[in-house]
Amino acid sequence: MRRLPRFGAPERTVHHATALLMIVCLLTAVCLYLPAVSTLVGRRHLLRTIHLWAGFALPVPVLLGWFSRGFRQDLRRLDRFTPVDRQWLRRRDRRAVRDGTGVLPVGKFNAGQKINAAFVAGSILVMTATGAMLAFPGPWPVPLRTGATFVHDWLFLAVAVMTCGHLWYALRDREALIGMATGSVPQWWARAHHSGWAAEEARRAGGAEPLPNERPSGRVRP
Amino acid sequence: MAAGVSACWNAGVDERDGGGSPVGRRIVLGMLGLGAFGVAAGARLQQGVNEALEPISGFVPGGGGFRYYSVVSSVRAKTAQSYRLEVSGRVSRPRAFTMADLAALPQTSLTLDFQCVTGWRVPDVPWSGVALPDLLDACGAAPDAKALTFTSFDGVYTESLTMEQARRRDVLVATSMYGKPVTHDHGGPVRLYVAPMYAYKSLKWLGGIEVVDEVEPGYWELRGYDVDAWVGRSNGRDDAPTA
Repeated sequence: MRRLPRFGAPERTVHHATALLMIVCLLTAVCLYLPAVSTLVGRRHLLRTIHLWAGFALPVPVLLGWFSRGFRQDLRRLDRFTPVDRQWLRRRDRRAVRDGTGVLPVGKFNAGQKINAAFVAGSILVMTATGAMLAFPGPWPVPLRTGATFVHDWLFLAVAVMTCGHLWYALRDREALIGMATGSVPQWWARAHHSGWAAEEARRAGGAEPLPNERPSGRVRP
Repeated sequence: MAAGVSACWNAGVDERDGGGSPVGRRIVLGMLGLGAFGVAAGARLQQGVNEALEPISGFVPGGGGFRYYSVVSSVRAKTAQSYRLEVSGRVSRPRAFTMADLAALPQTSLTLDFQCVTGWRVPDVPWSGVALPDLLDACGAAPDAKALTFTSFDGVYTESLTMEQARRRDVLVATSMYGKPVTHDHGGPVRLYVAPMYAYKSLKWLGGIEVVDEVEPGYWELRGYDVDAWVGRSNGRDDAPTA
């Protein structure tokens, strides 16, 4: 069974480190803020310390990832929405597979994954900023601190929901999980879920006739 | 075949090459904008949210009602029978008060707000118990003693008051809350209620009071909070005074 390389070591490391820190932040947040859980767990000072360290560390893996070319390439793919992504969001048969090949030529990431990535990036920035205001309240007038608490509290709920959704999709797809753990996915899986990317990889490996947008002339910039 | 479809759908658009639109970036920037707006307007928005969510306030962040804070993993419960309050230090009659002893002293009731330094406030809480000056008189606290040190039977938490603060009539050794005995989660059977100060002064699970000559900063005060914790005049906050 042929496997395609999907994530290099830097991408996987960034993913795992961010995931671990995010889980630590969410679990300590639950212990600090949900009254029912606080009652069971207590240990406020310790939990607060862990939450702050994990929180301030959260942007670090992505920033370090910038040193990796592969990670930067994935970031660019995640950032860019193509016409296929718009179709993917609009169509009910977005996941349809015909003869083992996804009907929509989804790229390396589908539009849902792209939105999730952007949401996580935005959340980390907003949570770190508001969290810093709460951890070091000195310079901030009280209404702004209340506002920071408001944003931090409610965005926490949104992040918790998005994280559960992310885990839901990941845990239902064994090959996707293995792909994130080992870095490679079976070719059949890529064809079914990311057929555009599978074709791209096949062309690259097989040296077949490149598509118009891959011809050297297509890349010439003024 | 897929390649053909791909070429057709994404003709001239290659996400690897800066093609397509930078929606990801827009989402991130949009979230930063919303976050900044939320910080600026959140104080007012929170008010409305609190009112809307009153019925389920125990389950949402930022809702009304008490929140449970404890600095240890668990606190062994004490019953009305097993409870003792030790008063020691510079007193002429050191004593261990039972619940019955406390009930035999003059009782004081107050209905006042409870304001936490982290922002939440519970309005109009009916408290009752023994006003601290009455308890100090019952033990014969030395007139020239300067301060009190409170210890919690959670084994870790401590608090302090100057003697002048402790002599206020709105500082209670509270045995009842909302007309019922103080529950374990609220720091029962006996806790402190220091009406004019932030809630961290209102030590839970009160186990001991020592009359001393010097203020010894309490648990959170050793971790950066103000020793004189007047609501609205300390910790850089401007909440409405509670008493």
